[in-house]
Amino acid sequence: MTTRIAPGVKGGIGTSVLRPDGEPKVTGNFAYASDLSSEGMLWSATLRSPHAHARLLKIDIGPAVAMDGVRAVLTQDDVPGEPLFGQEEQDQPVLCDGVARYWGEPVAVVAAEDEETARRAAAAIVVEWEPLAPFVDPDKAAEEGSTFRELKVRRGDETATGSVVVEGFYETATQDQAPLGPEAGFAIPDGEGGLDLYVTSQWIHVDHRQIIACLDMEPDQIRCHPAGIGGAFGSREDISLHIHVAMLSLATGRPVKMVYDRSESFVGHVKRHPSRMWYRHEADEDGKLVKVTARLILDGGAYAHTSRAVIANAAFFAVGPYNCDNVVVDAVAVKTNNPPAGAMRGFGAVQTCFGSEMQMDRLAEALDMDPLELRRRNALAAGDPLATSGQIIAGSLPTLAVIDTLEAMPLPDDTIEDDPRLLPGGTGLTTPVSSVVRGVGYAVNVKNLAFSEAFDDFSEARAVMTTAGVEIHTAAMEVGQGLVTVCQQIARTILGTDQVAVVWDDTSQIGSAGSTSASRQTQMTGGAVHAASVGLRDKILESFGGDELREDGVYLHDELVATIDQVCVGGPVGHHVQFRHPETFQPDENGQGDVHAGFVVSAHRAVVDVDPELGLVRVVQVDTVQDVGKALNPQAIVGQLEGGILQGVGLAVMEQLVVDEGVIRNPTFTDYLIPTFVDAPAVNTRVIEEGDHFGPFGAKGIGESPTISATPAVVAAIRAATGRDLTRVPVLPEDIIGI
Amino acid sequence: MNVTITVNGEERVVDVAGHESLLNVLRNDLDLPGTKDACEQGECGSCTVIFDGESVCSCLVMAADADGSTVTTVEGLSVDTELHPVQEAMLAEGAVQCGFCTPGFVVSGSHLLETNPHPTEPEIREALSGNICRCTGYGAILRAFETVTGEGS
Ligand code: FES
Ligand code: FES
Repeated sequence: MTTRIAPGVKGGIGTSVLRPDGEPKVTGNFAYASDLSSEGMLWSATLRSPHAHARLLKIDIGPAVAMDGVRAVLTQDDVPGEPLFGQEEQDQPVLCDGVARYWGEPVAVVAAEDEETARRAAAAIVVEWEPLAPFVDPDKAAEEGSTFRELKVRRGDETATGSVVVEGFYETATQDQAPLGPEAGFAIPDGEGGLDLYVTSQWIHVDHRQIIACLDMEPDQIRCHPAGIGGAFGSREDISLHIHVAMLSLATGRPVKMVYDRSESFVGHVKRHPSRMWYRHEADEDGKLVKVTARLILDGGAYAHTSRAVIANAAFFAVGPYNCDNVVVDAVAVKTNNPPAGAMRGFGAVQTCFGSEMQMDRLAEALDMDPLELRRRNALAAGDPLATSGQIIAGSLPTLAVIDTLEAMPLPDDTIEDDPRLLPGGTGLTTPVSSVVRGVGYAVNVKNLAFSEAFDDFSEARAVMTTAGVEIHTAAMEVGQGLVTVCQQIARTILGTDQVAVVWDDTSQIGSAGSTSASRQTQMTGGAVHAASVGLRDKILESFGGDELREDGVYLHDELVATIDQVCVGGPVGHHVQFRHPETFQPDENGQGDVHAGFVVSAHRAVVDVDPELGLVRVVQVDTVQDVGKALNPQAIVGQLEGGILQGVGLAVMEQLVVDEGVIRNPTFTDYLIPTFVDAPAVNTRVIEEGDHFGPFGAKGIGESPTISATPAVVAAIRAATGRDLTRVPVLPEDIIGI
Repeated sequence: MNVTITVNGEERVVDVAGHESLLNVLRNDLDLPGTKDACEQGECGSCTVIFDGESVCSCLVMAADADGSTVTTVEGLSVDTELHPVQEAMLAEGAVQCGFCTPGFVVSGSHLLETNPHPTEPEIREALSGNICRCTGYGAILRAFETVTGEGS
């Protein structure tokens, strides 16, 4: 594939062009899924289980059906096709199938003429439950083999020992993605027994596969369309209301709208797996890692969702971006009656990065060595084997450069201002400036790019030259990250025109783009757009014997030989591709093999102010160096880094779903705390550009990397400030005070 | 019951139920979905409107209490194709990702600048701390407001 690029084109790669959906978003004219409506539309509501574990003895929908304005009340008996759905494993009933396995599991759905009636009708359904003891202890689940996946990594010599040994037990809480846009869906019957579905999603093709199976329909009868999405972060990778809203629309023959409110959103999507991790690190006197042993338990909750992939990431990135020849990891994703867990930004790698980076700091302390020096001595580089799987790192992996560049970034000056807005606890609390201590902490992480373990990972795209400009067709989901801009930039750079529009196709118009997750769309759909654009350009140049494509036509030796009108005289000219990343393989029984397509590394330094008496923390500054491969849109990169870091800071100091016997106690924005403007640290960013071995122009995906080591960097800083041995996130005031 | 609200300069009469919020009426009855609904508890600011000169969470205002009021929503801030300076700046600085928080920031931010045309960084942060953004980490939003007030680059 040639990589000639059009040099002078406006808005190509490497520039911070404005996003095309920006203007409708600032004016309020962008249509999110929750904004859709039509004449004759019905509203809908969901009845949910009030128990984390219970037998459904009897359900009487009569009182709901009898209400004025109610048009349909559906239960599991009304599911026309497969009763179970699931992305990796079909194990979850569309509606409760006789046993509720988690708190808030959908039991019945209602469609009615207005929102209030739908809600009241759902509440009018009478259900007789026999509550059962919820099974919520992850350790017990692991012991008893109640698991979604157990993964063993054995590399090198299990009997190897190091002279310096540190051990620790670490925990991470359940974090919610809490995207600002709620789950929303709109289904419109097509009058021929099928329907068009607009639902917040990260991957419409994988939704489609599950929806048609449960509805017992032919693929072309249901068309899933991209809809306007208010953030995702993993929460939309699995089905939520999709099948429900489709069933109601088919049952009534009317358009149906379903929107979750915030509390329902908290129970309605999968969240970050809470984890329990035991680690032992052994090193020699020089700080070289000799052996890492880890036992990891991640709680997947009631249904499988993406637990298999999450536990694999936890296991394979359990050692972090470091060389170590001897590794023993036992990782298990357990099945309980806790809220179902799935993917959230950095899935799996977030949990083990916290554990392993805390261990690296402890090791540095035991060795009396600078924590960055310890990391430098063990830094993983391209050409090295990944400590866990033994896979030789292909592509770039500038771990050392990331660490060195971070260390060279300036620290804030150490005066602590006597402004209550800038002190730990803010204006509402009473920290005196004299009590504040400052701490600085570091952490580094590595993660895989795109899908691993022999998954057939691809993205389709079509580039079409028309007289009005180029159209890029894809079904990749734009969730806010800015993929739309990157696709335009890639196409402009190759096709020599700034007139590029991205057209979001539905599932009947184009094949899958894969998921908007796993940091994969810049490389995968970006790669597809790159390949489709190159194919289109070469096709046009060949037809007209040209050597360059420009805005106005085909050129040969700087002379115009065909205008765009002439190129399109027979209609638009298109080129369609399916782009795949390098092949990956299943790990063997010892977790060994070429499991991953590529890798990305980044590092964070956090500066915190702490009031050790009140246990209050203010994260003052976070600095980061990010491996990006190639910076396609510098401004969008900063946006990903700042946004990703704040989610990592959230997990470090405030975000946790409180789950008690399977029941979520804080499913509201009042009680589940998300960092606000006053909680957000100043962020300074640097990027390292070393081209990767696949993807457009060497670019890497960076959606997740910024979140991963932000958390341990903040905790390391709090520990540096207080001397407290912190082993759980979020770090709460009582952890700092030590009560 | 019928209430009369002047929305974005236009007098609108709408039949509201006793339990309905102003947010609901704007989105569902007055066809102004630009104002967003992300929590209905006054915690996220995505529903911010200017209500009789004050910046409020429209999810916390009962529609019945809005009778006779004047409301400006995000749709009322840009005139024809001319964007409000806050909208311009948020676009230019990359302060818009998913954009679900954006209408709220545009409305609260325009109100901030009216009441305090040259806010300092802590003032910007504090004034906008009732608006949650889950995507940007607030850095680009801060830079956007600093550009509008002439403090930024
Ligand atoms: S919707 Fe009103 S504050 Fe969140
Ligand atoms: S841009 Fe997504 S919530 Fe702010």
